[in-house]
Amino acid sequence: MNLLQDNFPTFLQGFGYTLLSSVIALVGSMILGTGFAIMQIVPQKWARKIGNVYVQVFRNIPLLIITFFFFLVVSKYIKMSGFTSGTVALMLYTSAFIAETVRAGILSVDSGQMEGARANGLSFAQAMQHIVLPQAFRISLPSLGNQFINLVKNSSILAFVGGLDLMYQGNMVAANTFDTFSTYIIVAIFYLVITLPLSYYMQHLERKLKHAA
Amino acid sequence: MVTLGIFSAFTPQNVLYLLGGLGITVGVSVISVILSLIFGSVVGIIQFERLPFFSKFVGTINNVIRNLPLLLIIFFVYFALPKIGIHLPIFWATVIAMSTFESAMLAEIVRGGLESVDIGQFEGARANGLSNMQTMIYIILPQAYKRMIPPIISQLISLVKDTSLALGIVLAEMTYRGQIVYAQNSTYIIPVLIAITLVYFLLNYGLSLIARWADHKLA
Repeated sequence: MNLLQDNFPTFLQGFGYTLLSSVIALVGSMILGTGFAIMQIVPQKWARKIGNVYVQVFRNIPLLIITFFFFLVVSKYIKMSGFTSGTVALMLYTSAFIAETVRAGILSVDSGQMEGARANGLSFAQAMQHIVLPQAFRISLPSLGNQFINLVKNSSILAFVGGLDLMYQGNMVAANTFDTFSTYIIVAIFYLVITLPLSYYMQHLERKLKHAA
Repeated sequence: MVTLGIFSAFTPQNVLYLLGGLGITVGVSVISVILSLIFGSVVGIIQFERLPFFSKFVGTINNVIRNLPLLLIIFFVYFALPKIGIHLPIFWATVIAMSTFESAMLAEIVRGGLESVDIGQFEGARANGLSNMQTMIYIILPQAYKRMIPPIISQLISLVKDTSLALGIVLAEMTYRGQIVYAQNSTYIIPVLIAITLVYFLLNYGLSLIARWADHKLA
């Protein structure tokens, strides 16, 4: 356990960057994802098309490629660090999955809710914001939680672009100490500190929602 | 500059080299899919059966693996296992890491699918004299698999995408070979990245169309 003591600040810094990247990407992808989910169900055909293409493209290509695109190509025109390019890629990638989740949530809200709201004089946007979306989020909360767990795990992609995250720092420590076995076990524990409680909580929520239904 | 890259990046030699990488990507994917379907089903059934102690134990291990980044598991299998005397070639290290991770993900899908089968199906089968094993094989699994096909296919899509992570241990799959190609000349970066993106997209979009078709057919 000397390894943990000696390198504790390094691990902690990596843990911090992983959390920071995950939270930024989560907030960004929630906003973007909700936007694209709504785009996919509005009456305008062109908007639905754009929303659909966005989701299909980002869902079907590897996150690593998106990251490389920002790190190698975009960073030539807009200056950004490995951390930023990784986080932006993570945000775009996750937003496609969140769009799918939120869209499914919106569709599972009874259509009478929208009709009732419109009949009471609310505009489409108002009805969406005040009536449909709050219910949709409640329904899709467990899936959104699972997306966040995936996001935390996927943030390890930052290691490829020098993103200073947990995986990156773990590789550094492993390379410096040659004790790969203990290092990766420690890194695993740090990840589990975030993901495991969340995962159990989501299972609990899912069960609760199922009983409520 | 960019247009120059488009024409010179794809020499026959480079294209063949990239296609070889695609072969490795598909190879890793196919072997991992088969292994993880088998192990995932077994682990999912064990969790579903609620055997005393054993199911809890397997379930906990499954939860731990599921909640780790795949990249970490790949690094662990390739860099850490040799410390305890297990040396694997890059290709098999990738296959084992991916199969372990995807089995855990699939086990969760299988468990969920089994739990969605109505309890009356069990009781009916058992009442008609089928053994527990027979009930599972002839009555429950066929119904459960039907419902599991769409989520299983989307899991397979992430498997194909995730093979790109093997770049971390220098497996010569498509993304890695792309890097080698655009390392020759920086004007190759954009065309090569776009070409690789297209290949992944077509591969996965095809899979997702199958998922949608299956969803439609079975619903």
